[in-house]
Amino acid sequence: MIEVHNLTKRYGSKLAVDHLSFEVEPGQVTGFLGPNGAGKSTTMRLILGLDRPQEGRATINGKRYAQLSQPLRTVGALLEARALHPGRSARDHLLYLAQTQGLPRRRVDEVLGLVGLQDVAGKRTKGYSPGMTQRVGIAVAMLGDPEVLLLDEPVNGLDPEGILWIRNLMKQLAAEGRTVLVSSHLMNEMAVTADHLIVIGRGRLIAALPTQEFIERSAGRSVLVRSPAAAELARLITARGGTVAMPPGAGAGGPTGNGAAVSPAAEVPAGAGAAVPPGGDGAAGTLSVTGLEAARVGEIAAEAGIVLHELTPRLASLEEAFMETTAGSLEYGVPASGMPGQDQQGMPAPDQQGAPAADQQGGRAPDQQGAPAPERAP
Amino acid sequence: MTRVAQPRRAAAPVGRHSARAAPGAGLGHLLTSEWTKIRSVRSTLWTLILLVVVTVGFTALLSLAVASSWDQARPGQRAATAADPVATILGTGITFGQLLVCVLGVLIVSSEYSTGAIRASLMAVPRRFPMLAAKALVFAVIMFVAGEVTAFGSFFAGSAILHSHAPVALSDPGVTRSVLGAGLYLTVLGLFAMAIGAILRHTAGAISTAIGVVFVLPIIAQFLPGSWGQHIHDYLPSAAGQMITQAHQSANQVLTPWQGFAVLCGWTAVLLAVAFYFLQRRDA
Repeated sequence: MIEVHNLTKRYGSKLAVDHLSFEVEPGQVTGFLGPNGAGKSTTMRLILGLDRPQEGRATINGKRYAQLSQPLRTVGALLEARALHPGRSARDHLLYLAQTQGLPRRRVDEVLGLVGLQDVAGKRTKGYSPGMTQRVGIAVAMLGDPEVLLLDEPVNGLDPEGILWIRNLMKQLAAEGRTVLVSSHLMNEMAVTADHLIVIGRGRLIAALPTQEFIERSAGRSVLVRSPAAAELARLITARGGTVAMPPGAGAGGPTGNGAAVSPAAEVPAGAGAAVPPGGDGAAGTLSVTGLEAARVGEIAAEAGIVLHELTPRLASLEEAFMETTAGSLEYGVPASGMPGQDQQGMPAPDQQGAPAADQQGGRAPDQQGAPAPERAP
Repeated sequence: MTRVAQPRRAAAPVGRHSARAAPGAGLGHLLTSEWTKIRSVRSTLWTLILLVVVTVGFTALLSLAVASSWDQARPGQRAATAADPVATILGTGITFGQLLVCVLGVLIVSSEYSTGAIRASLMAVPRRFPMLAAKALVFAVIMFVAGEVTAFGSFFAGSAILHSHAPVALSDPGVTRSVLGAGLYLTVLGLFAMAIGAILRHTAGAISTAIGVVFVLPIIAQFLPGSWGQHIHDYLPSAAGQMITQAHQSANQVLTPWQGFAVLCGWTAVLLAVAFYFLQRRDA
């Protein structure tokens, strides 16, 4: 259990963490999400007692980190920044840390086996690849068999096999009842790993909620419809309060299964109802409908006797939800032009209806390309 | 070359057994840990070996030079060397040894900062004070052993070479104290440099500062006029500390050998206190 209360950290005039409060519960993987520069690493450093906050406090099982008598037995941490002497072997690095906690030498070999480094542990770490260095960091985190784990961008530098491995490890550790806080700026990584999310931007809390809820609440649901009579259907849907958009490039090829996220769509103005979808040379037109449930869209089509080739309810990807939520809190981002003047900082869990605003598409399109739809655990 | 073995499947037990071991992370654990840190990095080991070899080697070399040119030397010079052979023996090689001790003392701390290993260390010992205290203690013991080996090695090499011209024995007045003192001087100088390393945290800056204080300041102070110039000079860390390595004092020195050594210890204590204060206060 990690509790952060009113935590504030200033570096000179720059406010890195701004009155941040949240809790991390045991037994689940909690994702710590935010754009680069949002203050994730700083928050972790404050929790770990490496930096001192100007205000507030962070506790682990009710104690400040410095009050833990053998901290590595309670908390295991992997920092993003390198924390290894390149001239020292992985085994000696783990050994000196184990010795500070009175841990036996064989525990070092155990964790080296756990991360698969036993064969190279005697070599100096200057020759290690980023993936191997990352594994040393994970071995350090696991050294004291801690009940609380803080992992800062753990999949950085890992190959796909390593990513899968750490994902499973985190889930397993959480399943054992441990507290797991893992930071990432990769939303899709969080979608498949985290049960719960803490989203921050510019050092402030933006949202703290279950991952599933975050996706559902942040960006609206949409329904993908394919029909040979798309134009007619679009008019009917618009008349019944739905919003219709045509995904660019859709139609001829059709949607590519669940591989594609909801694309930023060119919105059809409500008044101009009967726009004919492009690329409609006989192929079914594709519509993206928001504001109506899939069932309702089906009913509307049935009433008018319109044939449907596809009717798929879709959730926005976590990527989209994240962009939506943290827009305006990007520390080093390119400001999205033409955003409808909102300042979403400090906004609690956003509860927006409707489609993601179409005027944000320019800035968002690249991020969404090929973003896999979130896997959902029951 | 290096190949990462297949990671054990995450489904394997994460090992709850050996992680639960001896309770209480006492000073003993920290001393063992600091010893592991020092012995597991080659550069510190090499610097220690270099300290002994270079210092004893230089002493032997310069003693050989003095011995071989003995007949050509002026009578006054011969008399001075014969009256105080320790000054010739310890006054040369140890000067070079000081340089290496400064580098070693700084590196022992600053390398942790430059590599980022300090973060791992401080997460293991978040109260910080015991970590630096254990490091200072382990380093002091290592420096004492290396310092005394260097001092006695230099003395025996130098006195053997100069034996026929300027005989000297440990039993002569002040000689044992000055040889032992040379080892003590190097030990405390190492801690002095370590404190500078802990305060400045950057290797290059800390080494330059340490060498500036140890080598350059005494030279500048010698140019100061009058008795207060002499006072300032004698109270500088290196000048004060070196008095314990001298078998015979010059007439104008304002401190006795042990007073001088105490002054160096005082400087070191002050710098260590500042280092501890900054370590507690600063972000890692």
